[in-house]
Amino acid sequence: MFRIGIDVGGTNTDAVVMEGDRILAGVKSPTTEDVMGGVVESLTKVLDQSGAPKERVSAVMIGTTHFTNAVVERRHMARTAAVRLCLPAAQCLPPMVDWPEDIREAVGGRFWMARGGNEFDGRQISGLDMAELDRIAAEIGAAGIDTVAVTSVFSPVSDEMERKAAARLKERLPGADFTLSSEIGRLGILERENAAIMNASLRALSERTVAAFGRALEAVGLTCPYYITQNDGTLMSREFVQAYPVLTFASGPTNSMRGASFLSGEADAIVADVGGTSTDVGALVKGFPRPASTTVDVGGVRTNFRMPDVFSIALGGGTIISGEGDAVKIGPQSVGYRITREAICFGGQTLTATDVAVGLGLADVGDASTRGRMPNDLESIKEKINALILNAVERMRVSPQPIPVLAVGGGSILIPDRVGDLPVIRPEHFSVANAVGAAIGQISGEVDRIFSLASKSREEALAEARKEATDKAIAAGADPASIELLDQEDVPLAYLPGNATRIRLKVVGSMHG
Amino acid sequence: MADVLREVTDTDLDAIEIGAAILGTGGGGNPYIGKLRCREELKKGRRIPVIPLSELADNALVVSLGGMGAPVVGVEKIEQGEECLRALKAIEKETGRRVDALISAEIGGANSMEPMLTAAQAGLPVVDGDGMGRAFPEMQMTTWSIYGHRAVPAAMADEKGNIVVIRDTPTDHWLEHIARAAVVPMGAACGLATAPMSGAFVKRVAIPNTITQALNLGRAVLHAHRAHLDPIRTVIEQENGRLLMTAKIVDLERHLKGGFAVGHLTLEGFGDFAGESGHIDLQNEFLVFRRGGVVEACVPDLIVVLDSDTGLPITTEMLRYGQRIAVLGLPCHDLLRSPEALEIVGPAAFGYPDITYEPMPAAGGRAA
Repeated sequence: MFRIGIDVGGTNTDAVVMEGDRILAGVKSPTTEDVMGGVVESLTKVLDQSGAPKERVSAVMIGTTHFTNAVVERRHMARTAAVRLCLPAAQCLPPMVDWPEDIREAVGGRFWMARGGNEFDGRQISGLDMAELDRIAAEIGAAGIDTVAVTSVFSPVSDEMERKAAARLKERLPGADFTLSSEIGRLGILERENAAIMNASLRALSERTVAAFGRALEAVGLTCPYYITQNDGTLMSREFVQAYPVLTFASGPTNSMRGASFLSGEADAIVADVGGTSTDVGALVKGFPRPASTTVDVGGVRTNFRMPDVFSIALGGGTIISGEGDAVKIGPQSVGYRITREAICFGGQTLTATDVAVGLGLADVGDASTRGRMPNDLESIKEKINALILNAVERMRVSPQPIPVLAVGGGSILIPDRVGDLPVIRPEHFSVANAVGAAIGQISGEVDRIFSLASKSREEALAEARKEATDKAIAAGADPASIELLDQEDVPLAYLPGNATRIRLKVVGSMHG
Repeated sequence: MADVLREVTDTDLDAIEIGAAILGTGGGGNPYIGKLRCREELKKGRRIPVIPLSELADNALVVSLGGMGAPVVGVEKIEQGEECLRALKAIEKETGRRVDALISAEIGGANSMEPMLTAAQAGLPVVDGDGMGRAFPEMQMTTWSIYGHRAVPAAMADEKGNIVVIRDTPTDHWLEHIARAAVVPMGAACGLATAPMSGAFVKRVAIPNTITQALNLGRAVLHAHRAHLDPIRTVIEQENGRLLMTAKIVDLERHLKGGFAVGHLTLEGFGDFAGESGHIDLQNEFLVFRRGGVVEACVPDLIVVLDSDTGLPITTEMLRYGQRIAVLGLPCHDLLRSPEALEIVGPAAFGYPDITYEPMPAAGGRAA
């Protein structure tokens, strides 16, 4: 059987066809405004090149930056009602208080604060006031808003208030979508609430986008199931991504890192993904990207998602080199997609990082006879470029072990053969590592519930949770032999009788076939 | 600085946030939420007037206040907003006297902001100074307590309307003990105001000009970013401090012990410090810096860890293997260097009886 991986980026839509661990073909097409066009073109090309029969394709895995870009560009975000259960606490900082003005406007900026919420130990701050919720529902309805984000204080400890309040609001707003903050975030109410509001505002876009993917597959005659990748490298079903589009944030770097790991066979490494204008450097630990430890801004809004820890520098294939001698400057401007017109090696007038590589004979791009038009201090310019790369790699290095640097992306010729004391590996198919990362997306099984420790030990409860998650992953199509523990966290809930603990646990495995 | 700070305005808040985090020496809590709250007060048309220590009347009544509780509660259950104001009112009621000005117990970290926003609500000025000049983990580590002021009566207030007044305790240590017990039913967070001090006392023992100091520090870092200057050098020059080391974290050990984050960093120098090794011990804040096993800086002097590229402060919970940092030593105020102060905030008080505190030599260092 065959699998297809697609990466819908801001500039290019890449696609690969894989059979088992083999890559049969990889292609690039420009991303289109409607998303569908670019996907159809890439799918058509890649099926054609690989010769894989459509009926033998078992699944299509799609990685997309579409939802991140919607937030960054403040487009396609729906007007959203933010409901916070907190009173009398937390009223000094209302929802969206620290959002940039334009994005607050993009979601309509409407919020309600109501009685509710819990203390750190599960006690109530105050009980839900049903009459108050009914009044809020009426106001949301009157404002014509049909997507609601509900956030309650300490909901990661107890999500009961969020669930009950959403159920009550839904009675009065039967057509509305509800996002509960406890389902997507962690402690830190502003960041969790931000994620919930952004999620609520993207749900309509998510439905349209997922439907467009479906139509694109149909248009090329593919009838298999399709999945969307999330930021931890696992796959989401169509229904799941419709409900939680924010979980796709930062899936791009995750896919490129996991793709690099797969292509090179290295599980612990630094990955440098060099594009046209920037280089993203991240660290792989046991085959997965290391998560960032601090808050991460998405479009100027603080979130506390577990995003991959990525350090970006303004260095890509199209980066403009200006000045001379000691005053040489590398970037930050880039000629971007105009590289094939403006770079010297393509007959243009602008000295770019790619020209430096061509001039030194490191790359075979464009016209080598243009070397005569390049400055003669290319060596010292290349040293400066190497120093930028070394600094970024050193930042991401997780141990003194001499782990390899995996160079991927269209501009990876800029990475020297050694970075400091680290060897560099350039895997085959390096330019479509993102799409490969999507194609090898894993199936997960998750458990998040409260276990009583009255009649069993913590270890027994963890084992029970792991078995439950494993069964779920197998039922969803994971190969039992490949299942591993990805993430595990248990929070003792001192306030509940019988010594209870909340266990959140996720296992992952490769997809069958 | 020549200019005397008379008022904190919206444009000052980002700078104070950075400066207060630098003075937090790795601890003190994140001032971000407090900054947003100050901004909301200003949006309502309220003001944050600042009074320099020198202009405080001898008979003025000054109350020291701030938030108290578990840091994780602070980021999840945000305050109703007037907890400290209610604690302040309770103190006025208990003593039967009107308060004239507010002062921060701790300029380092989150409690830099609480007195400023309470000042805006109460229509009172905030004094340009504080009780630590940095951050410390416990209530009795203020200069008020060190130089003989008793913090009782003290008042605690939560968001629900509960107010607890602790009228008397035999020592400030007892106050810390009883207040810690009372804050748990309140949801592990409250506003706390302690007994009024006379203007004359505050003038004598407060660490002076620390709001101005935080503001100038933050401004310098922001200016360095805009002008593409070296923010590390800027901080050192501003504070008359020393660059102890530019280094990469090559080992990091951190665990929770008795409610404190306790740990140890191993550093490998780079740049001018290539080939050297360093160590930092931490307990919420950075406590001791050693070069090649020899103590070069310790509490109460400030050991500050900054990101070596951005100059932004790195708090103890943000530390990571492989980070490239600049370790700075900034001299503490002389008020923290007296024998009675060193008894409470010197190395022995943090479990280092073998380290003799040597005041850090100011300025210079090896930044060639």
